[in-house]
Amino acid sequence: MTKNHLLEMVGISKYFPGVQALDEVKLTVKAGTIHALMGENGAGKSTLMKCLFGTYKKDSGEIFIEGESVDFGNAKEALENGVAMVQQELNQALTRTVKDNLWLGRYPLKGPFVDERKMAKETDEIFNNLNISIDANAIMSTLPVSQRQMVEIAKAVSYNSKIIVLDEPTSSLSENEVEHLFRILRDLRERGVGIIYISHKMDEIREISDEITIMRDGQWIATEATQDISIDEIIRLMVGRELTHRFPDKTNVVKDDVMMSVKNISGRYTNLHDASFDLHAGEILGVAGLDGAGRTELLENIFGEMTRKGGQIFLEGQEVQNKNPKDSIKNGFALLTEERRATGILGIRDILDNTVISSLKRYLNFNLFLDDKKMLEATEWAIDSLDVRTPSHKTQIRALSGGNQQKVIIGRWLLTQPKVLLLDEPTRGIDVGAKYQIYELIIELASEGKGVVVVSSEMPELLGICDRILVMSNGRVAGELDPKTTNQEEILKLAEKYL
Amino acid sequence: MSTEKVKKNSKWSSEQIKDFLINNALILIMLVLVIYVTATRPEFLKPTSLINLLSLTAAYLPVALGIAGCIVLTGTDLSAGRVVGITAVISASLLQDITAPGKMWPNLEPPPIALVLLISVLIGALIGAFNGFWVAKFKLHPFIVTLATQLIVYTFILLYMQAGESTGQAISSLTEDYREFVTGSVVGVPIGGGKTAPIPNYVWLALLLAGLMWLIWNKTTFGKNMFALGANEEAARVSGVNVFATTIIVFALAGAMYGYAGFIESARIASNTANTGANYELDAIAACVIGGVSFVGGIGSISGIVIGVLLLRLIFVALPMIGMDQNLQFAIKGGIILLACALDMRKYLEKK
Repeated sequence: MTKNHLLEMVGISKYFPGVQALDEVKLTVKAGTIHALMGENGAGKSTLMKCLFGTYKKDSGEIFIEGESVDFGNAKEALENGVAMVQQELNQALTRTVKDNLWLGRYPLKGPFVDERKMAKETDEIFNNLNISIDANAIMSTLPVSQRQMVEIAKAVSYNSKIIVLDEPTSSLSENEVEHLFRILRDLRERGVGIIYISHKMDEIREISDEITIMRDGQWIATEATQDISIDEIIRLMVGRELTHRFPDKTNVVKDDVMMSVKNISGRYTNLHDASFDLHAGEILGVAGLDGAGRTELLENIFGEMTRKGGQIFLEGQEVQNKNPKDSIKNGFALLTEERRATGILGIRDILDNTVISSLKRYLNFNLFLDDKKMLEATEWAIDSLDVRTPSHKTQIRALSGGNQQKVIIGRWLLTQPKVLLLDEPTRGIDVGAKYQIYELIIELASEGKGVVVVSSEMPELLGICDRILVMSNGRVAGELDPKTTNQEEILKLAEKYL
Repeated sequence: MSTEKVKKNSKWSSEQIKDFLINNALILIMLVLVIYVTATRPEFLKPTSLINLLSLTAAYLPVALGIAGCIVLTGTDLSAGRVVGITAVISASLLQDITAPGKMWPNLEPPPIALVLLISVLIGALIGAFNGFWVAKFKLHPFIVTLATQLIVYTFILLYMQAGESTGQAISSLTEDYREFVTGSVVGVPIGGGKTAPIPNYVWLALLLAGLMWLIWNKTTFGKNMFALGANEEAARVSGVNVFATTIIVFALAGAMYGYAGFIESARIASNTANTGANYELDAIAACVIGGVSFVGGIGSISGIVIGVLLLRLIFVALPMIGMDQNLQFAIKGGIILLACALDMRKYLEKK
């Protein structure tokens, strides 16, 4: 154990039902370095960090900080011991001031009262120290994301953190803001802080990091000095395995007829500009891009869930308005949303209610009363044909696994008999077996002549099941690629086109 | 062999017995109370006493049926009592006997009873729709919206009480037809010895109303949409539920129920002041949560509401019978609400 090794994680394993999320992973971070942690989604990066912070209890392995064995019970304990995390989605009290957030949980006291003056003074000192100019009394929600992130970094510094973890810190920053962030990170490096930097952006990693650890499928693959490894090599190590057996055979035939044509769609309040593309009958169109590239916005604007500023949508040559989801459903569209728990399932209701909610009109008797038998038949059809594993149709949907919930929601949409299916991250948070079934289903739907749009952050998935890949970058369509001839590197390059 | 044994055991495992007891705790408490009261005061089971209990339940049921929809949407409705109030005084003023002393509208020949009922229900629905509009359009919490409307409605009640020839006195001396329509008994139940115990008409009407609400909740697209909206508004919207319309209809339907209740209460109480109906919403909300209409949203049943109202009235009727201090009923009500909600939450909290 060299003194120089600030953090050492050895033989970390974590098992979740059905998945070995981490398998004997190791990670060594030296003092005064920036260490990039890389891997595809699902490679186990965040699980590893959650084990470090005690959010998950590791099954085996040991963690050393400056040679001392540690085992944190929660993030607060880690913070108090000099290990801080700057989350991708900042968890801050947005309605409170900057200094309130900085000192949350450890307000300086003067007698029984909070010492506001001391708080303000120390906040300013920390900000000066880091060359950050933010008003300590500003309300958090009035600051741009970049500044809120800096507050979070300042907070980590104020705890005298020796190790700071940044998870996708630049995903919503502009170029100038990224430069500012990098200046602060380099400054922290000078002071001997060890920084773990999680990102997908190759160029950034090349610019800022000293060392790179690559993970794949919950395993440690390699740790290299950044200057010794090329981008191609990184991608090869990240992707690793052959992709042949992860996906079913493609049996759908792309027809000549255009099913849906989207022309110059822009979002009124969302980052989407002049997006245009065609979708053929029987085609599976993939949409790739980084977080914040506007992929979800594209689907939700088409579906009328977000407000459009302009643009037109044509279905089989006829213009459709898709004013709101209800209208879109009537026009033959279906949208599987990205956040299954937040916007997909009716958690507290049973499978039947969750299945029939979008197609209720089909089960009416005399246009007035719902027919229980018809609803039950439809639900049983969905359970059977999508292979939903559930004790009964009366089970609350939230009791099912992610994969089965997803199948129920897909069943909900199939019952509306859509022509165009917009699927946003259809396999997110789903185990491998169910993923394969969903791929089969997507291909089957295309074979029936429907048009399918699949947004996914997993590039192998897009390469494996799509007929064409649309790449988005910063709210714009950056280009189209043919999955048969393209590769992940090409996709990533296009994804950074407008950044 | 051994698996069979395990199966047999698991059929009646202590865990399941515990769950059964907890999930049905309120019904069990009710049964114990009934048995205890009957043992000490056998006259509790006499027809007159039971009919009294039934009548009180029927009187309080409509408001609970209405407010339940608002709770299913994770909201509430604080205006229920005042809406009952305003529709009660309007119904009463329209159906005052022509010979009544100090009649509000001296020259008004009482209009048909059905028309007054319709007016009452429509006024209620209108106020409800007003509530729903503010909730749906401006995304305000129903607590705030209905807190405001109940104040506004109260002013209307106070102003109306001074309208016409009224001197601000209680509105009474209602027409015989009106009182007969509500509190009379068209159908009674035979109690042996060739005698029939009269059951007030409003009990049958309440039963009819509960049936109607059951149909609406369980057999219409509106009902399914309401539950979906209460369970997850965003998911419901994406699934094609018209959130705006559904919200307004839920509140309007609730208002219609209060309007109906106002019409009934007016004749049942027979003497209507500006404070008729005040605080009815609190009993109704209590009855709903006791009956399993959860503030978590998206959950509730008509049978649960009926049981909730019945249980509350049972406490009200039974406790004095066994000689318990009348003042204790409030504390007991409070205790039952806490207990019911704690048990309820236990069902819906995700086990971690």
